[in-house]
Amino acid sequence: MKLRWGFIDVLVVLYALIPVLWIVSLSFKDPSTITDGSLLPTKWTLNNYTGIFRNDDFIRGLINSIGIGLIATFVAMVFGTMAAYAIARLTFPGKRLLIGFSLLIAMFPQISLVTPLFQIERTLGLFNTWPGLILPYITFALPLTIYTLSAFFKEIPTELERAATMDGATPFQAFWKVIVPLAVPGMVTTAILAFIFCWNDFLFAISLTSSSAARTAPATISFFTGSSQFEDPTGSIAAAAVVITIPIVIFVLFFQRRIVAGLTSGAVKG
Amino acid sequence: MAEIVLDGVSKRFPDGTTAVHDINLTIADREFVILVGPSGCGKSTTLNMIAGLEEITSGELRIDGERVNERAPRDRDIAMVFQSYALYPHMTVRENMAFPLTLAKMPKPEIAAKVHHTADLLDLTPLLDRKPANLSGGQRQRVAMGRAIVRDPKAFLMDEPLSNLDAKLRVQMRTSISRLQKRLGTTTVYVTHDQTEAMTLGDRIVIMQSGVVQQVGTPQDLYDHPANQFVAGFIGSPSMNFLPAEVHPDGLHTIIGTIPCGSRPRLLPREVIVGIRPELFQDTRIRHGASFTGTVDIVESMGAEKLAYFTFESGATFTGEVVARLDPKSPVREGELATIWYDPAALHIFDPTSGANLT
Amino acid sequence: MIGEGGRGERRLALWLCAPATIVMIAVTGWPILYSFLLSLRRADLRFPEDQEWIGLANYATVLGNAYWWTAFGVTLLITVVSVVIELVLGMLVAVAMYRTVVGRGLVRTVVLIPYGIVTVAAAYGWKYAWTPGTGWLANLLPEGTAPLTQQGPSIAIIILAEVWKTTPFMALLLMTGLALVPEELLRAASMDGANRWQRFTKIVLPLMKPAILVALLFRTLDAFRIFDNIYVLTNGAQNTSSVSIIAYHNLIGGLNLGIGSTMSVLILISVAIIAFVFIRVFGAAAPGSEPR
Repeated sequence: MKLRWGFIDVLVVLYALIPVLWIVSLSFKDPSTITDGSLLPTKWTLNNYTGIFRNDDFIRGLINSIGIGLIATFVAMVFGTMAAYAIARLTFPGKRLLIGFSLLIAMFPQISLVTPLFQIERTLGLFNTWPGLILPYITFALPLTIYTLSAFFKEIPTELERAATMDGATPFQAFWKVIVPLAVPGMVTTAILAFIFCWNDFLFAISLTSSSAARTAPATISFFTGSSQFEDPTGSIAAAAVVITIPIVIFVLFFQRRIVAGLTSGAVKG
Repeated sequence: MAEIVLDGVSKRFPDGTTAVHDINLTIADREFVILVGPSGCGKSTTLNMIAGLEEITSGELRIDGERVNERAPRDRDIAMVFQSYALYPHMTVRENMAFPLTLAKMPKPEIAAKVHHTADLLDLTPLLDRKPANLSGGQRQRVAMGRAIVRDPKAFLMDEPLSNLDAKLRVQMRTSISRLQKRLGTTTVYVTHDQTEAMTLGDRIVIMQSGVVQQVGTPQDLYDHPANQFVAGFIGSPSMNFLPAEVHPDGLHTIIGTIPCGSRPRLLPREVIVGIRPELFQDTRIRHGASFTGTVDIVESMGAEKLAYFTFESGATFTGEVVARLDPKSPVREGELATIWYDPAALHIFDPTSGANLT
Repeated sequence: MIGEGGRGERRLALWLCAPATIVMIAVTGWPILYSFLLSLRRADLRFPEDQEWIGLANYATVLGNAYWWTAFGVTLLITVVSVVIELVLGMLVAVAMYRTVVGRGLVRTVVLIPYGIVTVAAAYGWKYAWTPGTGWLANLLPEGTAPLTQQGPSIAIIILAEVWKTTPFMALLLMTGLALVPEELLRAASMDGANRWQRFTKIVLPLMKPAILVALLFRTLDAFRIFDNIYVLTNGAQNTSSVSIIAYHNLIGGLNLGIGSTMSVLILISVAIIAFVFIRVFGAAAPGSEPR
């Protein structure tokens, strides 16, 4: 029995790794061998990487991705923490409505927002700007942060806050000195999940931008062409794909246990 | 040190349920008062109202003569020990105990001195740098006590502080809490659902049921003169035997036979409940007063005593069980007949509808 | 005051929830309404002069259009097939991760990689893998086949890319459900004579039903809005457009706001119906709803 699970485990690992291996290998292939179709490079080169880092549009895309992602994550975390704390700890009318509403947004087909947002942002002058992407990102990251954080907050016993209150803490001190230190692991996890969401987005990024002013890295890649700089974009696209993937994969591997907890807490425990 | 007065205190929740109804209670300075009752009786809500963790719907709460209804918990100078201990998991024992003093902005050297003094008192000194996760249940309990004591507050509130400990440790901690309270002389309100804890710890006991105080008194008082059937059944272990009885001129007709009771029947309603404590029964040493004979169902030998269970059937509809707490040397055996004696003057008679003690 | 619903508490809650609620309403509520209004107008950015209220004419146009229905069919096909495969595969992976003792950490970590990869990046990987000449997978096929130039194989590859990326997420959700099945129940079932398969179907699956339904609900709605993979792999060529792709092309390529909005509203309605079916018919607990 052990052996059979072991066999499945090996399959699972191959399943997860081979496609990744392929794109990494592609990114190291020399242009002359890029169409040889072999799984591993026969002739190695770093040119694809040096090439994309000499490409201003790609650099700009990375900066946009990082900046927009960090700002959206930060705002979503602040607002999400506030709302999640209220949901986890307070009773108030409209609580179920708020939970239901954010659930609605979590399941919302983003494309349905793209058309009206395209028009609204053009009117307001937000089209092709950072805020124009940050706003929808905050919105779609909020349900995630609210769910995950309220699940984490609910795991912290209420008696701790009561004890702090009895020990002479103001409500804010109770929150800041007792709840926040205990919620830090959960908050880190949630922030990572929110950032991954922003980083990963493609639909808003290509619909609500028109130049490298706000276009994020994944969108920039889709505009790579085999023009003057790049004869054949395959190697560059592969290298760029690896570059934008690496930070996330590192995050995920580093915080593996917590991310699993975060991904599943909102969904299963409610 | 403080006197705590609850003057007609009630708690109603927004959904309309009444958790606590019109409590009037004066807890004297240095007194150890126990709030006891089954779960949901309102004892914890009462404690939380004294703490300031829950709002008082109506009535007045006074500490040392001052109305404190509107004061936040931190302005009442009361410490609390929680059932789960509520130790801050991210702080060491030392930091946990120092936390209330830090919040009160006490100078650091003074905090250190107080923490050390309290740690000494509770044998916590070797544990000061550990985190709560690395402590045993009993140690955590002591840290929770220490965090309350270190502030030297006007009063301690304890919410079932021993219920998470195993049986042996609970008995041990019970005596040490009692000793500590006597030594510190701090007014203490203690909530428990365990009548043994209530009887052994308190100067006075407040018995509650469904949000209403049933009786207030010393442990002996409650045992000897229960105000009603609920108190009678709650205090004492095993519980008092309750037997429905019809009142006749010759005595009370019950499933264990007719209990003579002199001239009392004239004053009683037609039907009553007779209450006899299991320890009132005797089968060897004393053989006078009234008696009944029945088949012994089960015998539980406890070492220091024997519990004998009898089942009576009367007609087709009614069965009743009687427990007798007997001398360990009693010859009763399961499945055999035994004759049990008791003093009919020592039993209690309750009104079957109101539960009031008519004795 | 904690957990009492007093006035102070309500006010605090209101302040705490206000920013999140306002952002969410501002960025979704108003655009949805706007989208609905636009869908009732002739609004083509190429002819800005020619705008007027035309009632449900846009809906008639979209619903009478063969491309829309093809896209709708393709979307449904991709959704159903990929979710079913993900459920089976995800369950297998979940059980494997749950039962593995040796190298458990490695498997649980590695399986997260597809989740972490940017969808677009992975999609390019699949695209090149199936491109004749370039791709190692395409080279395994008979000479001269270009799978991404035919409808059937393209859809199969889209499903493959989708399944690869999202199965780990499914597996994680299912594994959490597995962990909620008490080990003692399984032992009791073995004592009662249940074999391995019976224990799985009679004990584990029924107890996991809530977790499975939530995972299915999440994934179904997510698959229904599929965009990134198709955009990169075929960009909707050979009738492989999903509803999201076709709506996008109407907006960005066609600049037809009226038609684009109509499609947006129709997609929203479809998603609402799917969610309704899951929650009402299958009894999936809406995630986040509190058990009463």
